[in-house]
Formats: sequence, structure tokens, C-alpha cells
Amino acid sequence: MTLVIAAFLLWALAWALNVKLANGPGAQSAGVRLAVPVIFGLTLLAVWELLVRGLDIPLVILPAPSVIAARFLSEIPTLWADFVQTFVKGALSGYVIGCLAAFATAILVDRSDFLRRGLLPVGSFVAALPIVGTAPILVMWYGFDWQSKAAVVVVMVFFPMLVNIVAGLNETSAMQRDLMKTYAASYWQGFFKLRLPAAMPFLFNGLKISSTLALIGAIVAEFFGSPIVGMGFRISTSVGQLALDMVWAEIVVAAIAGSAFYGTVALIEKRVTFWHPSQRG
Amino acid sequence: MRSIVPVLTVVAVIIALWYAACVPMNIKFALTMAEREGAVIEPEGAAARRDLSAIGLALRNPDQWGDTLAQDKPRLPAPHQVLVELYDTVIDKKITSKRSLVFHGWITLSATLLGFAIGTVGGIVLAVGIVHSRAMDMSVMPWAIASQTIPILAIAPMIIVVLNSVGVQGLLPKALISAYLSFFPVVVGMVKGLRSPDQMQLDLLKTYSASKGEVFWKLRLPASVPYFFASLKIGIAASLVGAIVGELPTGAVRGLGARLLTGSYYGQTIQIWSALFATAILAALLVAVISGLERGTLKRMGLGR
Repeated sequence: MTLVIAAFLLWALAWALNVKLANGPGAQSAGVRLAVPVIFGLTLLAVWELLVRGLDIPLVILPAPSVIAARFLSEIPTLWADFVQTFVKGALSGYVIGCLAAFATAILVDRSDFLRRGLLPVGSFVAALPIVGTAPILVMWYGFDWQSKAAVVVVMVFFPMLVNIVAGLNETSAMQRDLMKTYAASYWQGFFKLRLPAAMPFLFNGLKISSTLALIGAIVAEFFGSPIVGMGFRISTSVGQLALDMVWAEIVVAAIAGSAFYGTVALIEKRVTFWHPSQRG
Repeated sequence: MRSIVPVLTVVAVIIALWYAACVPMNIKFALTMAEREGAVIEPEGAAARRDLSAIGLALRNPDQWGDTLAQDKPRLPAPHQVLVELYDTVIDKKITSKRSLVFHGWITLSATLLGFAIGTVGGIVLAVGIVHSRAMDMSVMPWAIASQTIPILAIAPMIIVVLNSVGVQGLLPKALISAYLSFFPVVVGMVKGLRSPDQMQLDLLKTYSASKGEVFWKLRLPASVPYFFASLKIGIAASLVGAIVGELPTGAVRGLGARLLTGSYYGQTIQIWSALFATAILAALLVAVISGLERGTLKRMGLGR
């Protein structure tokens, strides 16, 4: 019981501290901007730990963060193998193939007005559909190994990418395109010197959306059949064994991989589109 | 209206490609069956054909093309087979039958809608809190944004099993996954929307000596409506995906996700494809309903185009 009370006290204290920091004089400084969410996150973890211990919640319902951390550290080889199987082999290769395919299609669409009017509505319609549903079919076609996961990822990232790239390529104004024409620029010169750079913010928006979709696609596809390694496989089998600490460790891996992937894309975006208003801060 | 002809052309090309793909995809099985019935196949024997390319086999045996479009468990069912299955399971079966897609669709839809409602209400409440409390904004918002980069669906099987072990079954676990998935798009969209009135408009209300509540009801809330609908459209699609994935780990008894899973267990490809099209139609309908609501609401508010 003392632990539960301690949890509530800690929560109240940390919240009071955050309120003070957020309304204090230094609220705009970088340090406080970083400190407030960190304090919030750490408090959440501590309250979780205290409540689980204080209320004696069994492992099969909710393991404490310390148990998850211990499991994570002791299972690093397994987790690494799962990570390589699902993320590097499945998600990443599918992501690259899907984005390149979408890019090639976007250029085709861009060169032909007929294709643009025909393919784009179909593309944006498909982009809104629950494409993870194709996972069982693709697993049946390409087998249980990573190839089928990569295929699911390709299908998932293709349409959001296509819609974003095509929207980006239309971003230039008529005046800018006319200028290129007065320079007697060929299609490809105009493409690489004007329209592709102008499309970069859209392209990166697509890349960022797709980075999340890629990991989801690779994990969910493993629920439909996989070799005995992989994050989705580990999650579904550990759930079956009620080894919830392992499930949470795997979720930590997924969270780190997902945010690192997104962060990398965002970092590259910052370097490439430094000229865009949203990046000049 | 200009785009109807191109769209129809693209759809026609897709269907034509689909039919064309059916022939090489299904040819090996078709040839084996035909040989068993005494037809002359080039080259003879399944073993001789095993390593040959499917397209080459299809070209050498044009007589068997018809068979590739009418198998029971094809690798790739032809479009008309999927349509016939959809018609059978949606219109022909009674909707209480376990083989009716309407029955399974309703189960998935009810979880989706319940989750969507929970997620939307929760998202709005959190967004209102974030807009009115600086501390909440600075603590919660970075996590809300960061959590969108995390593959949340990975937790789905765990939520189902854990809730099952504490005795919660049926609709609610799936709805919670749906709620979780639709929650964050609504939070992010609503925060953006509630902040969209600019300083000039806020100052005007201050000159009217409006209270905080009045500013909220008369300025912030109406200004957020376009953002609200935009995030609802993302949210409902995410909810549907959540409900479908939520049906996978329970051993898959009922619902569209279960149809996908049992189909893949027993190699019933036509069943998978028809369930897939049912989910696509359901998603399209849900988004269309929200778009309709959006158009109506914005029109009444004088924002319609």
C-alpha cells in the first residue's frame, strides 16, 4: 500500500514540477523544452513500476519496467536476430524497393496527363485501404521467409509514396516552369534542377509516413506465417506462452527501431530541404 | 468528370493484367490435373515441368488456359471468381449465417465503430487539455508525436490475450486497439485545429471581453472543424486496420480478420480475396460517410467549396 501511495505522491510532485517549469520564466529555453517531456516520461515509468509492485499485478497481465529491462538485457542476441530478420531483411528491403518503384511510376504519371488523371484517383483510393490484409496472400506466394514480408512492405509503401511524389512534382509554379523553358531546358534538366528539388518536402513527407508503415507491415505479415525468428513471430509466440516480459522487450525493440528509422529520415530531410520554411527555425 | 475515361481505362488495364497473370500463376496445377484426365501436355510429367518457367509452360499449352481461371484453390483467383464469391457470401447467404460476409463484416464494423468513438472522444478531451494547459502541452505532446513512429499494431496480440485473461472478451479488446490507433491522429489534428485561430481573432474576442469558455465554444471549436474531419478520415481507416489485426491472435473465430486468417490456414484463396475486397469496400464506405458528413457540416458552417 505504501508503494501505491508513493506512486501517487511522485505523480503529484512531478506534475507540480512540470507545471512550474512550463509556466516559469525559462519555459522557452531548449533545456526546459527537453526536460519537461523527459520528466513526464520518467514519472510514468516510475509510477508504472510502483503500481505493479504495490498492487502485486501478476506478470501475465503487466510486467514491471525493471523486469522488462532485465529480460531485454538478457535476451539481446535473440532480439538482435529478430531485429535483423524483420527490420533489416523484411522492412528495409521492402521500403527501398517500394519507394523506388513508386518513384519510377511517379515519373511515368508525370510525363503522361492521361495516366495522371487515371492512376492518381485509383492510387489515392488504394492508399486509404487496409493493405495489411494482403499479407496472407503474399505470404502464400513468396513463402514464409523475409521475401514475403518485403513484398507486403512494398505494397504498403507504394501508394502513399506515389501520391506524395506526384503531388510534389506539381509543386512548381507556371512561372518557374516557363523560366526553365526560356532556358531551353530539356524535360530531364527541368526535372533535376527545378521540379525534383521542389518536390523534396513532399517526398520526405511520404518517406516518413512510409517508414512507420514499413515496420507495421513487416511485423503484421509475420502473424500469418514466418520462420522461427522475427519480431512478429516472437510477439505472437511469447503471447501464447504468456511470457509478457519478452513481448514488452520486443515492443521496446520495435519502438527504438521505429523512432530511429523515422529520426534518420527526418535528419536527412533537414540536410536536403534546408531551404524550406518549415526547416528554417 | 474529365477523369472518368482515364480512371476506367486504368481499372480495365488492371483487370486485364490480373486475368493475364492468372494463367501463368495457376498453370502448373492446371496442367497436372489435365494430364491426369488424359490430355496431351507438353512436356509430359509433373517432374519434368517443375523447374520450367510458368510463362513458358503457359505459352506451350494454350489449351489449358481456360482451366486456370476456374480452379477451386488457385494461387491467384480470377476476378470473376472473387466477384462470384463476394456475391454468394454477401447477397445469397442469410446474414445470420456464419458463412455470410455481412455477418463477419458487422462484427468487424461494430468493433471499429466502438473503438473509433472511444478514440475520438478521448482524443478531443486530451487535445482540449493540451491547448489549455502549457504543462500538459510540453509533457504530453512530444510523446504523442513520438508514439506515431512506433508500430503500435505490434501490441495488438498482447492486449487481446491480457484482457482475455482478466475476463474481458469479445468486442471490447478489439475496440480498444481501434481506439488506440485512432486516438493519436485525432489528438494531433485537434491540437492543430484548436490552435488555428490567429492572434488577430483571439484579440478581437478579448476586446469583446469573452471568457476562456466563450473563446473555446465560439472561436476555437468552430475553427477546428476542418482539421477534425481530416483527422477523422485518417482515424477511421486506422480503426478498421486495428479491428482486423485485433481479430488475428484470438484463434480467429469471427470477423473479417478471421476470414483472412482461416483462409490462409486452409489455402482458401478465393475466401481471402473476397474478405480482402470486403474490407476494401468497408473502408471506402466509412471514409465516404465521413467525407459526406464533412461536406454537409462545412457547407452549413459556410466553409463549403
